[in-house]
Amino acid sequence: MSAALLEVEDLAVRYRTRRSAVRAVEAATFTVGEGETVAIVGESGSGKSTTAYALLGLLPRSAAVTGGRIGFAGRDLAGLPERGWRELRGRQIALIPQDPGTSLNPVQRIGAQVAEALRLSGNADRGTVRARTLELLADAGLPDPEVRARQYPSQLSGGMRQRALIAIAIAARPRLIVADEPTSALDVTVQRRILDHIGGLVRESGTSLLLITHDLGVAAERADRVLVMRAGAIVEQGAPGDVLAAPRDPYTRALIDAAPGLARTPRPRRLELAALPGGAPGDPFADARPAPAPAGDDGTAPPVVAVEDLTKDFRLPRSADRPGTLRAVDGVSLAIARGRTYGLVGESGSGKSTIARLILRLADPTSGRILLGGEDVTAARGARQRLLRRRMQIVHQNPFASLDPRRSVEQIVTDPLASFGLGSRARRRHRAKELIDLVALPAAVLGRRPAELSGGQRQRVAIARALVLNPELVVCDEPVSALDVSVQAQILDLLAALQSELGVSYLFISHDLAVVRHIADEVGVLHRGRLVESGPTEQIFAAARHAYTRELLDAIPGRR
Amino acid sequence: MSVTDLARPAGERRPGPGTARRPGLPRAVLRSLAVLLRHPGAALSALWIVLVVAAAVAPSLFAPGDPLAIDPAARLQGPSLDHLFGTDRLGRDLFGETVHGTGRTLPAAALATVVGLGAGTLLGLLAGFLRAATDLVIMRLIDVLLSIPGLLLALMLVAVLGEGDTLDVGIAIGVAAVASTARVMRAEVLRVSESGFVEAARTGGARWTRVVLRHVLPNSLGPVWVLTLLLFGEAILGVTTLSFLGFGAQPPTPEWGALVSSGRDFLGSAWWLSLLPGAVVALTVLAANRVSHAVEERTGRR
Amino acid sequence: MARFLVGRVLQGVFVLWAAYTLSFAVLYALPSDPAAIAAGANNSVTPEQLAELRHEMGLDRPLAGQYLAKLGGALHGDLGTSLQSGEPVTSLIGAALPPTLAVAGLGLVLGALLGTGLAVLATVTPYRWLRQALLGLPPLGVAIPSFVVGLLLLQWFAFAWNVLPAIGEGGWRGLVLPAATIAVQPAALIGQVLARSMEGELGKDYVDVARAKGAGPFRVNVRHVLRNAALPTLTLAGLLVGGLLTGAIVVEAVFSRNGLGRITQGAVAAEDLPVVQGVVLLGAAVFVTVNLAVDLLYQVLDPRLAIERRTAGTARFTLFGLAGRG
Repeated sequence: MSAALLEVEDLAVRYRTRRSAVRAVEAATFTVGEGETVAIVGESGSGKSTTAYALLGLLPRSAAVTGGRIGFAGRDLAGLPERGWRELRGRQIALIPQDPGTSLNPVQRIGAQVAEALRLSGNADRGTVRARTLELLADAGLPDPEVRARQYPSQLSGGMRQRALIAIAIAARPRLIVADEPTSALDVTVQRRILDHIGGLVRESGTSLLLITHDLGVAAERADRVLVMRAGAIVEQGAPGDVLAAPRDPYTRALIDAAPGLARTPRPRRLELAALPGGAPGDPFADARPAPAPAGDDGTAPPVVAVEDLTKDFRLPRSADRPGTLRAVDGVSLAIARGRTYGLVGESGSGKSTIARLILRLADPTSGRILLGGEDVTAARGARQRLLRRRMQIVHQNPFASLDPRRSVEQIVTDPLASFGLGSRARRRHRAKELIDLVALPAAVLGRRPAELSGGQRQRVAIARALVLNPELVVCDEPVSALDVSVQAQILDLLAALQSELGVSYLFISHDLAVVRHIADEVGVLHRGRLVESGPTEQIFAAARHAYTRELLDAIPGRR
Repeated sequence: MSVTDLARPAGERRPGPGTARRPGLPRAVLRSLAVLLRHPGAALSALWIVLVVAAAVAPSLFAPGDPLAIDPAARLQGPSLDHLFGTDRLGRDLFGETVHGTGRTLPAAALATVVGLGAGTLLGLLAGFLRAATDLVIMRLIDVLLSIPGLLLALMLVAVLGEGDTLDVGIAIGVAAVASTARVMRAEVLRVSESGFVEAARTGGARWTRVVLRHVLPNSLGPVWVLTLLLFGEAILGVTTLSFLGFGAQPPTPEWGALVSSGRDFLGSAWWLSLLPGAVVALTVLAANRVSHAVEERTGRR
Repeated sequence: MARFLVGRVLQGVFVLWAAYTLSFAVLYALPSDPAAIAAGANNSVTPEQLAELRHEMGLDRPLAGQYLAKLGGALHGDLGTSLQSGEPVTSLIGAALPPTLAVAGLGLVLGALLGTGLAVLATVTPYRWLRQALLGLPPLGVAIPSFVVGLLLLQWFAFAWNVLPAIGEGGWRGLVLPAATIAVQPAALIGQVLARSMEGELGKDYVDVARAKGAGPFRVNVRHVLRNAALPTLTLAGLLVGGLLTGAIVVEAVFSRNGLGRITQGAVAAEDLPVVQGVVLLGAAVFVTVNLAVDLLYQVLDPRLAIERRTAGTARFTLFGLAGRG
């Protein structure tokens, strides 16, 4: 290893809140060598971003470095006055921020923002700044730099914005670049290209890179050394191969187990479930479980849900140079078998959530058919449509928005029962207890409100609500993407266990192929509204036929 | 050790001692009291509001006797222990007049608040939930109401309702406030209707009446509650301004704005006659705004 | 751009028409008799003469007919005549406008400067106490009724210190106190909204990026933050200008100045309906014009809107509320 450029020793950062001080970072010690790439991995709240911002002197007003040393090129930066930091920022240490959507000034042209970085660093004067700006944009991998420089951030895609931010970061040829989750707001395929590009740039210029990420796979794949942070402390560091192969800290091991992209084979489903609640589909209080679905002519049961040639157009504001409609879903056909999981994968804007809404009959398709247990429900309206709701339920992506903040957990879970007037108050309460138990929450949460629960707990409540009517199908719309990796794993395990116990079918929607692999029996890949490939999960992973599927597979970190 | 242990789901998170589990009004009241104690400014403001309301309900508690009693021996005297606010040109005790004026100003402002909030909330709810044609008509109406400056709209209504009664002035001020309340409510209803839990309720099979009453309405009223006190403060400003201009209570009926108005002829010699009642108006509005702000901070942003 | 402009102008015309109709509906529902007011307190008017006057004023026609006739007149710039003085409403308002414009204009400029200065100073100052003190001012300014502000200023500057005239007529010295009074509300509103908006912008990621480039506090606060924060403040303009009109009513009463406010107060007191309606229409027209100007300015200042318009190629014609509703 080369000489250390950055030597952080016993760094401590505290946030002052109204009543107390929170220790965000405690006794963090690490080094980054000249030209080295070091990754800090941790879940939300682990202090990884706070560490990054402390290295730039950009902590919010409420936070302060309370101890330790930040040695940079032989100087101690801890306690440096603002003026001193200003000399350093940009020229010596640069930042690639997390969210390209909000990190560019919305009312300034891209070119002007890059030029500002050049001017401030003193690396260009009036005469050369224009040419240098275009050069930088090209270096950052933006096509047509001349055009892009004249545009505003809102005219660029997320990936292009992140490239503009990279251009800003490399403008002054800094010695250290701090990249704070530089791609977590981007689509998976874009993510990979951006990370490749950053890697190429730092390798070429010999710049050191401190990469902050929540994704152990990304860290292991790109860094020379990996640090694992938990609750403000560094619990493990070492070369990625060593950390992955022989983690010393139990937390690291847990992270590796939980990371969907790193496990070579599906994890064993290991959750034991409580007693099985009875009832018929759509009515938990009915006497008996139904007879198995009638077999078709060829001896197979009809799928729980099938859609045929489903198409959905959205009307756009009228315009001369554009068609008046956007085809969000284009001729999609799929079928979900009883007790199985269908994974629908696609990037943002691919139409996957629209399909979910169409199947749930929250929106009307432009054309095509939706069959529920062999019965055409495409045109169901009014009371008939309402009855369908007893057989299909949804688990939303964002557990913070999908629970009514003013109601207790018990009220939330029993809301569908109350809507259909099923059962007495006492029976509903009993049913809520059963389900809360089923999703492995203590009975005490029944009286609480969503704000008092963690994200993972809320998602469990949402699952309990979805199951309360004994539905045949649960649509899970990105149910784990708002959660930390370790919580993700628990929720996926829970969903799988519930399925084997209850025989419910899932339509599992995700942007993350690695997650889908762990839960789905069949996978469909959606690209711009079209189902480009579908088949049994392992077959897709082993031999993807469509180029887009292969691109998605390659984008899974840790798969190389 | 497994991930399950690490992330500590479920039972280990006990509710803190501060969060009693019993929902409902008593907890809300206790909580608001606790909040007030932590913000002395807001606490003083709330105390002031309570005092002013008490003065409106039972003025004799604060200023016994007839506020209009004339004492020729004590004309135009400055503030003293006998006469906290001094006396006017007929020797009437200004403090007594101000206290009794509360009973005119506050009911008018309260009426304005009820009219503005009630009609505004209803219009906003209808527009936001029914959408389509209803929304269109209501929004155009709101546009028009907003285009006429509030006080001018109120003055126009006063010209119609007559200028004799403070309560008429209250109604006029209330109508002038309908548009902005309706806009806030509509925006809130639209926001709540889009949220995941409303969709979940629909997927759960709830009828639209249940969706509105159980989910949309309770969750959209938050900002409206915050508006209540804010609107009350504005209504006090409106009512006193109109009566300062000579609409509403007529002399010698004591009313805050009218008191300021009748004292202004003596500004050079007896400043207290207009400025002390004016200060009471300002303090009351300030207090209402302050408390509203405290409530907003507490409940507004989740 | 042209289509956008046409759409917005049409919308403005619609609002004006609706304001006219609304004021007609409200004012002529009045139980009082305009003819009696026009005849004045003169007891010698016989019922026959009154009836003749009613006929002359068109009051014996059905309400719909009256409305159409009056609307037709309004379209030709004829808003009727004052019941008190018999003068045409338009010339009455036209004559009263200049002194009011002087006070209101000066007040707006003063208020905008004070409010902006306060917000910027409160945002950039490193001293917590100064920041708290500055941010404590706007709530005070909003809460004090403007007639009390005027009387306070009078008490201090005219009576106690005797540096400025108490009566607001004649020369620039008479303009100072009324303008200062009228400036308090806009200053408080602008200060409050701009300070909050700047605070919000400061928390955004692009500020971190600007600082990470090595930008100093002046550059960050003025180049980046103020420009973004000013945009939402601009939407206050319509509200502020409307407030100036009603502020003028109070200020002219306090400082015994002539102008639009005096006329309005007198007209309401005397139930001089055509004049009241004229002032209401003027208020609506000013509001509509200012908002149109702000909309156009927004298009220039906020590239996001300009882009949206250019690529979508649609006028934001919201007269029927069809656009922009997702």
